[in-house]
Amino acid sequence: MSNDLILRVIAKLLMPYMLVFALYVQFHGDFGPGGGFQAGVIAAAAVVFYAIIFGLPAGRRLVPDRVVEAMLAVGVLLYAGVGLAGLALGGNFLDYFVLDGDPVKGQLRGIFWVEAGVGLTVAGVMLKLFTMFAGRAGADRGADKGGDRG
Amino acid sequence: MKLLAGHYSYWIAILLMVAGLTMLISRRNLLKKLIGLAILQSSVYLVYIAPGKLIGGTAPIIAPGYTLYSNPLPHVLILTAIVVGVATLALGLALVVRIREAYGSIEEDEILALDRAGE
Amino acid sequence: MAGHLAMLQVVLPLVAAPLIVLARNARFAWLAATAVSYACLAIALRLASHVAEAGTLSYAIGSWAAPWGIEYRVDPLSAFLLVLVSLTAALVAPYAWRSIAAEVPADRQYLAYAMYCLCLAGLLGMVVTGDAFNLFVFIEISALSTYVLIALGPRRKALVAAYQYMLMGTVGATFYVIGVGLLYLMTGTLNMEDMALRLRDAQDLRPVYAALAFITVGIGLKLALFPLHQWLPDAYAEAPSMVTAFLAATATKVSVYVLLRFYYSVFDPDALFGRLPTGAVFIALSVAAMLFASAAAVYERDVKRLFAWSSVAQIGYITLGIGIDNTSGLTGSLAHLLNHGITKGAIFVLLGGVALRCGAGKLTVDGLGGLATRMPLTAFGLVIAGLSLIGIPGTAGFVTKWMLIQGALERGLWWVVAAILASSLIAAVYVWRVVESAYLRPAPAGVSRAETPIGMLAAGVAMALLCVYFGFETSFSIGGARDAADFLLRGTR
Repeated sequence: MSNDLILRVIAKLLMPYMLVFALYVQFHGDFGPGGGFQAGVIAAAAVVFYAIIFGLPAGRRLVPDRVVEAMLAVGVLLYAGVGLAGLALGGNFLDYFVLDGDPVKGQLRGIFWVEAGVGLTVAGVMLKLFTMFAGRAGADRGADKGGDRG
Repeated sequence: MKLLAGHYSYWIAILLMVAGLTMLISRRNLLKKLIGLAILQSSVYLVYIAPGKLIGGTAPIIAPGYTLYSNPLPHVLILTAIVVGVATLALGLALVVRIREAYGSIEEDEILALDRAGE
Repeated sequence: MAGHLAMLQVVLPLVAAPLIVLARNARFAWLAATAVSYACLAIALRLASHVAEAGTLSYAIGSWAAPWGIEYRVDPLSAFLLVLVSLTAALVAPYAWRSIAAEVPADRQYLAYAMYCLCLAGLLGMVVTGDAFNLFVFIEISALSTYVLIALGPRRKALVAAYQYMLMGTVGATFYVIGVGLLYLMTGTLNMEDMALRLRDAQDLRPVYAALAFITVGIGLKLALFPLHQWLPDAYAEAPSMVTAFLAATATKVSVYVLLRFYYSVFDPDALFGRLPTGAVFIALSVAAMLFASAAAVYERDVKRLFAWSSVAQIGYITLGIGIDNTSGLTGSLAHLLNHGITKGAIFVLLGGVALRCGAGKLTVDGLGGLATRMPLTAFGLVIAGLSLIGIPGTAGFVTKWMLIQGALERGLWWVVAAILASSLIAAVYVWRVVESAYLRPAPAGVSRAETPIGMLAAGVAMALLCVYFGFETSFSIGGARDAADFLLRGTR
């Protein structure tokens, strides 16, 4: 698909807007539909879009496999870290009240970082799923000698 | 008539539930079974979210002048359930890809025949 | 401090998994998984002693008090289950190194350990949580990682087994969620204790009955209650041996716990067993499981499938105690959670040793020929565990069957006693098939004569000897079970 000029240009124009929209959805989960899950999926969709138009190796250069696996793990650790921070500051696990002098600000801070962790993990998972499935396409083509039976 | 019109969301949920279960049980193709599973899970989302909207309730953000708010908890629960459903679907699809590579087919009866022949 | 332990019990393995993924090293992954299993055992024992002295422990996640927030509750029943699951993990994890190294490609081994940590976190979370929807999340965490672990088996049939288990398990979890949704609609809360209080005042009982049906079938799928047991023989037979050992001792037992939790702490057991035919249904299904599954085991040639069918029958004993619904019956059920866990754990660990030395293809009844001459200690462990399966006096299996028979007699259910004895006889038949092949048949040609690796051998024989130990020294198994049974029944009668 990278031979088609229109697709290439549109992809390069749209990608930054998709990523910005992902960030918008991430941070406006408090006031409207949004939050970590949705934002992670939209961000991953932007990179998947790029990989579909320009090819999987280009997508892999954009976000290497190591980075994706690291995103997966770091997101979960960020979430657990916020929980343990609540523990260290004297409250229970995932206690947001103690994260700041003002309990309400503490809640906002806690939710912000927790959702950031969630968004990171979900983006990583969606990207990993895409690269794993797309990366196997060559292997399956070799096995499919008898035509489609499914 | 009131039974039908007043609770239409529940009727749709029941329809989806039964459709999904039927697909899961009766279809031989592994991919179609997965789709049936996804449909079954969609019915569950409806069962939770439809009652969450209170008649006359507004969005659950505190604002002056509003007293009745819709329930935000079902939405949070279903968000989690949707993510679980996506993970299950991804795992199922990965298994189907691997089964295809190992057996050359994704029809349940062909796979069972191959297994029986191999024993 | 004890409160935080309840939370650490789950968070520790949950955090270990991403750390393992970051490190990408198989050796580190195994060390982390083993360390976490030992730590979980220590925490579980500490919690059990705390609950025995001070009563039920309650911990509010996020400092939001129940019923607004998610609550972790440890009571005598939860403590008993926590010790069981973490004990199995601590016994199996250190010796999984050999098994995983043989069956998983080298660059993916760390992922297998990450899945193991997630499975452990999910199982422990199911036991500890006091919130119905949080329970669903942990059910799915443990279930998804279980499907992955099963799919790592050596034969391609493992993929199909994992897929079948995934379909049935997800339907089970979905039914559970529907049931919880109906209960939420009727009570307005997800906290299980609060739900119990509000259900007493529920106006319309039909959604509650529907919820009961959905939850029973959903959890029944996960605990392989007859006739929802179809996934179990394939899943246990095709999974890697250490995975089978871990799952056979934990996954179905925790599902039994969930059922008990809902029946006794959320729904009203007086209505459940008094007005509804729950007890009769459970007794009928359990007897069918005991007899049918034991008979199916007799005809199996693959040894792992044989013992997997045996597991279905043993789960029948556990649900029989629930159906009988008195102190003796319930004590027998709960004690059998522990006793069957170590018995099957021992069997599958030792079978894993045989698979390692002789190749997985040799795990048929004929392939076990001459095991007593080739691998004497392994055969010895298998015999001891087999005796516990039958229920010979002096083993843990006898103790639980004794309690179940007592419970049935108290209710005047003579035919149930006959069924228990009949299934024990059938169990003797299939155990004898294995023992006869191991001790009386010649070894197949060209097979290795090496004994099981010392680590796995130690774990397997230790568990087999525990079967005998718990057959005589019953203060922990029966005592703990009786405390839990009394705690469950106390709220009612």
